[in-house]
Amino acid sequence: MTALAGTWALVRLNLRRDRLMLPAWLAALVVSLYGSVASTVTLYPDADSRLRAAAVIAKNPAVIALYGPTTDLGTLGGLATWKPATLLAVLTALMSMLLVVRHTRAEEETGRLELVGAGVVGRHAALTAALIVAFGANLVLAALMTLSLLGQDLPADGVLALSLGFGAVGCVFAAIAAVAAQLTDSSRAANGITASVLGVAFLLRAAGDAAGNTGPSWLSWLSPIGWAQKVHPFGDLSWWPLLLLPALATVATVAAYRLADRRDLAAGVLPPRPGPAEAGPTLRNALALAWRLQRGSLLGWTVGFAVLGGVMGSIASSIGDALGDNPALRDFMQRLGGTGILVDAYIATTMGIAALVATAFAVQATLRLRAEEASQRVEPLLATRVGRIRWALSHFVIAVLGPAALLAVAGVAAGLAHGNRVGDLRGQFWRVFGAAVVQLPAVWVVAGLTLAAFGLAPRFATAGWAALVLFLLVGELGPTLQLDQRLLDISPFVHVPRLPFADLTFLPLLVLTALALTLTAAGLAGLRRRDIG
Amino acid sequence: MTTAISVSGLVKTFGRTRALDGLDLTVETGEVHGFLGPNGAGKTTTLRILLGLLRATAGTATLLGGDPWHDATALHRRLAYVPGDVTLWPNLTGGEVIDLLGRLRGGLDPKRRASLLERFDLDPTKKGRAYSKGNRQKVALIAALASDVELLLLDEPTSGLDPLMEEMFRECIEEERRAGRTVLLSSHILAEVEALCDRVSIIRAGRTVETGTLAQLRHLTRTSVSAELAGIPNGLAELPGVHDLHVDGNRVRCQVDTDKLDALLKALAAAGVRSLTSQPPTLEELFLRHYQDDLVARERPLEVAR
Repeated sequence: MTALAGTWALVRLNLRRDRLMLPAWLAALVVSLYGSVASTVTLYPDADSRLRAAAVIAKNPAVIALYGPTTDLGTLGGLATWKPATLLAVLTALMSMLLVVRHTRAEEETGRLELVGAGVVGRHAALTAALIVAFGANLVLAALMTLSLLGQDLPADGVLALSLGFGAVGCVFAAIAAVAAQLTDSSRAANGITASVLGVAFLLRAAGDAAGNTGPSWLSWLSPIGWAQKVHPFGDLSWWPLLLLPALATVATVAAYRLADRRDLAAGVLPPRPGPAEAGPTLRNALALAWRLQRGSLLGWTVGFAVLGGVMGSIASSIGDALGDNPALRDFMQRLGGTGILVDAYIATTMGIAALVATAFAVQATLRLRAEEASQRVEPLLATRVGRIRWALSHFVIAVLGPAALLAVAGVAAGLAHGNRVGDLRGQFWRVFGAAVVQLPAVWVVAGLTLAAFGLAPRFATAGWAALVLFLLVGELGPTLQLDQRLLDISPFVHVPRLPFADLTFLPLLVLTALALTLTAAGLAGLRRRDIG
Repeated sequence: MTTAISVSGLVKTFGRTRALDGLDLTVETGEVHGFLGPNGAGKTTTLRILLGLLRATAGTATLLGGDPWHDATALHRRLAYVPGDVTLWPNLTGGEVIDLLGRLRGGLDPKRRASLLERFDLDPTKKGRAYSKGNRQKVALIAALASDVELLLLDEPTSGLDPLMEEMFRECIEEERRAGRTVLLSSHILAEVEALCDRVSIIRAGRTVETGTLAQLRHLTRTSVSAELAGIPNGLAELPGVHDLHVDGNRVRCQVDTDKLDALLKALAAAGVRSLTSQPPTLEELFLRHYQDDLVARERPLEVAR
């Protein structure tokens, strides 16, 4: 067992380094679930009210694609946990991914593991310690979720099944991250690989769930997130799909150790290739460098947005079909102005979510500045004739124009898909495209906020992520939790006109853009005055 | 001769820490100036202020006739900097980094780039994350040396280089000096400083404690003298500037302040000298003398605690 020597010391080190971040993650996840359940209980006290609520959403494939199957909405537990379930599963997976990569590949990349590895520390100690912490965190998460929901008048076995489902999804993605950490020699790439797997898992179950009885519903069975849903904690409870998750986690963990055996410290399994001995003629200013550093990531995001837009656009028109067997609802919709309204509302909602995802790119691209500063790579750069404002703008331009490109790509893909489905490409394309692009000012506000934090208080630059998570929770769970409108209003995304469902109004867009510009100016002014490093 | 760098009374505080506490530094144009001090003395902080990365809390600094904070980008066209701890972009090759930094500085000489790559034996096709510490250091050095600039700011540039490469570095700095460039060289390697530098400044705890040519500095310190005399010496202990005097019959060993050497030699000659050895202080002793004051100051609280 010499390969594992020192594991416990590293577990303690990891816990010490994560003593704030890990409890914050766990608390946010548990509180979100608890809050959503508690508010549902007060909103729908009896079975009758729940059935009425369920009837409205149950048949909408777009909503199902986003949130998951609606088969159990008739039960209190099913209704209470339906909306947050998929979001929380994705967030749990992200937490697990960050935990593992941060303590394995990132440590190797910075050379810190070399320092540690020269002590009495086995070759597999770091990987094992990272997995112990990640698996342990997911177990604690499942336990805390179970405890928090037990007082809520829900069946105990359902609560346990639901909570274990979240924990098990987390463990699966911890193990997948462990594999990714062996494959490449950069932590950024390891996170990228894992996040792509997560994105594919989400899309597979979105497509499968929304397909209904006639379509390829088996797609959901290809996704670990789908397996957790197949347990049906509050409907027709079946435990066995839950076993698939630890099985996959075990397979991935074994694969990670096998791969780790085949490589050297700090190297990946994929061999490094030599690059050009001279810089190309375009690599001659700060912007070219920023583009070089960020283009790979932007390309990956663009592909993702094209797929996302295409999937969402091709689903849109089937919302009208879903109403087919419900004459009362169909009649109701006709009087409101036809099923077109429902489709439009769906497009607006989808693009709102695409905007939140594009914001994640904007925050990531802006925080590249902080990463460059913290790693001291910026010093030789700022010792040339590149000024700090020009340097900051070189990356920020990508954070501003990148999301514009992403939303445009999603809008084009969704517009083409939807227009072709309904046979009115010319009419529908611009409406869908507009719904995507109109979100940009809200994205820019969060980008500006991140730059302001970076310029004024660099140690709190990650406030950009905190703001994004806050706006996400406010937007997704706020209405369910019946939060005060003034609280909802803090999210810039609330103020974007819901095209094509609502009319285009320019005032909120102008105000948001002005706010983004103000935040940017504040950030640049702060950067001009402060110390670098 | 004009002044390339002139710093006086420089103070920089980080919260409660006082990194620089009234530092003075003057570097003349065309000289190679050694910048010495123990770890944490404030060498890197000084260089960062000179680069306009940090803003001084108090005091004045002038670099190539401009203000390092306000005229940063204009001044940076005329200088090159090698940080003490070089980190490279993991997915850019060494060759790309050299070209990029050179172009950002206003162009670099391709012939000089090629010859430096060869002399430092660097493979420019490797990605940043694949280089060892010494090779990362070489990338930054080549990028700096291949640019046509007036001033080189080098922060412990040879840390991580092997002895062969250190020798190559010395040759390059000699060439820079002959080409009339100014070099501020922060270093720990005394042999390097002794071989390269026209003048040195020694700093400690954020203050300059000595500055001058090596000859001047030696003059300020003690020479060790040992002699065998014809008779028993008298009155040596009363001479000014004589320390650690050991008299063993007609053998004498002592330390003497170098500027008081005359008086000692006269007294010894009066007693009749049979043999005499005198050793000028090495830079190492000079260095240690200043560092040791520091060590004593650090040990004192411990003794009190006991």
